[in-house]
Amino acid sequence: MAVQENISRRHVEALLRDNEDGILGRWVQISNEPLRGRAVENDTRKELQEIYHAFLRSMEDPDGASELRGLLSDLSRSRARQGFTPSETAMAVFGLKEAVYEFVETDGGEEALRGFIWLSRTIDGLGLYTFESFTAAREKIITDQTEQLLELSTPVVKLWEGIVAVPLVGTLDSARTQVVMEKLLQTLVDTGSEYAVIDITGVPAVDTQVAQHLLKTVMAARLMGANCVISGIRPQIAHTIVTLGIEFGDIVTKATLADALSYALRQSGVQVAGMRPGRAAVRAEEA
Amino acid sequence: MSHPPAPRTVEELTITSNDEVVTVRQKVRATAIELGFSLVDQTKVVTAASELARNTLVHAGGGQANITIVQNGARRGIRLVFSDNGPGIPDRQLALTDGWSSGGGLGLGLSGSRRLMDEFVLESEPGRGTVVTVTKWTR
Repeated sequence: MAVQENISRRHVEALLRDNEDGILGRWVQISNEPLRGRAVENDTRKELQEIYHAFLRSMEDPDGASELRGLLSDLSRSRARQGFTPSETAMAVFGLKEAVYEFVETDGGEEALRGFIWLSRTIDGLGLYTFESFTAAREKIITDQTEQLLELSTPVVKLWEGIVAVPLVGTLDSARTQVVMEKLLQTLVDTGSEYAVIDITGVPAVDTQVAQHLLKTVMAARLMGANCVISGIRPQIAHTIVTLGIEFGDIVTKATLADALSYALRQSGVQVAGMRPGRAAVRAEEA
Repeated sequence: MSHPPAPRTVEELTITSNDEVVTVRQKVRATAIELGFSLVDQTKVVTAASELARNTLVHAGGGQANITIVQNGARRGIRLVFSDNGPGIPDRQLALTDGWSSGGGLGLGLSGSRRLMDEFVLESEPGRGTVVTVTKWTR
């Protein structure tokens, strides 16, 4: 049986080698069909040609399989980034079956048909492999974006010499808090700031978990010698915090970021003078 | 209006991750807005939902949230039912004590939610899971 399988296999190999141009042309055609012009035919041709050659090599030499897999995951990755669906990507591989079958039919021999079954099984395996690589590539993109979002959504801004602020927007979970805390503490060191304002205007609901995260951030900043002000406490949030029974202890809280800034300025000895319209002069108090 | 209309279930959600706690919060807020709750009451209902949803996640590894619109005479309200098949609460009195926590939190979630809502029913049996039913009426 094994001998026969070998013979059939060789038969298909020979078929693939002899009809390279024909099969490849048909394959490119089949795999480009559902894409409706989203892929450039020449690009697809080059990609598939490389895969075709690697496929032929992998049949002679078992070590060639890793090269083939490498090419297939490259294909999946690039298609995932271009926004193709996983089926479209896998169909590109399965298309080879159809292309080869047309030639097997012309050949018509029993050996060719038997060999085609073997080929079909191999291509199924490769198709599934592209599917897996595709999913892995997508997941990588999502993870990267999540990380980028975390970074983006937590800026630490300098309001004044010695005063930094963290405007928090959205849901405050453990991962966010971690990033906020790290960034805030690092900025305190880098800028030598003594005041940190944590603004929660953009946080939709303050529950016990958010409160606990805030308290921890404030404690950490205090340990580094900074004074913390929590600002942006809207009426409904104040109501909820009191009803929940959360105590902010001796932490200074303000209704708006402006209040917090003016508090921090006053505390650090900066006087804001001249409130005439359109003009505001600021001078630092000496000694 | 001799017969009160049957409670209308708005949403049935499963809670298995932190993202789903956020989903519960968003659905509860949308329902509270639809019922015409004031901004303060909206925030209270949403915060209570957040606490109770997270409780099912932290203490039971996940559970169910059920949002219903209920009617009592001319008043309408929102009813939230959080159920899980977790370990249950051995001492309900202790669990409702301010500052007591078995999960490393502030220990205000359960007791605070009771204060945030108008009605609060806690059913639990060790090994059988927990069901918390809370209701808030419009003013």
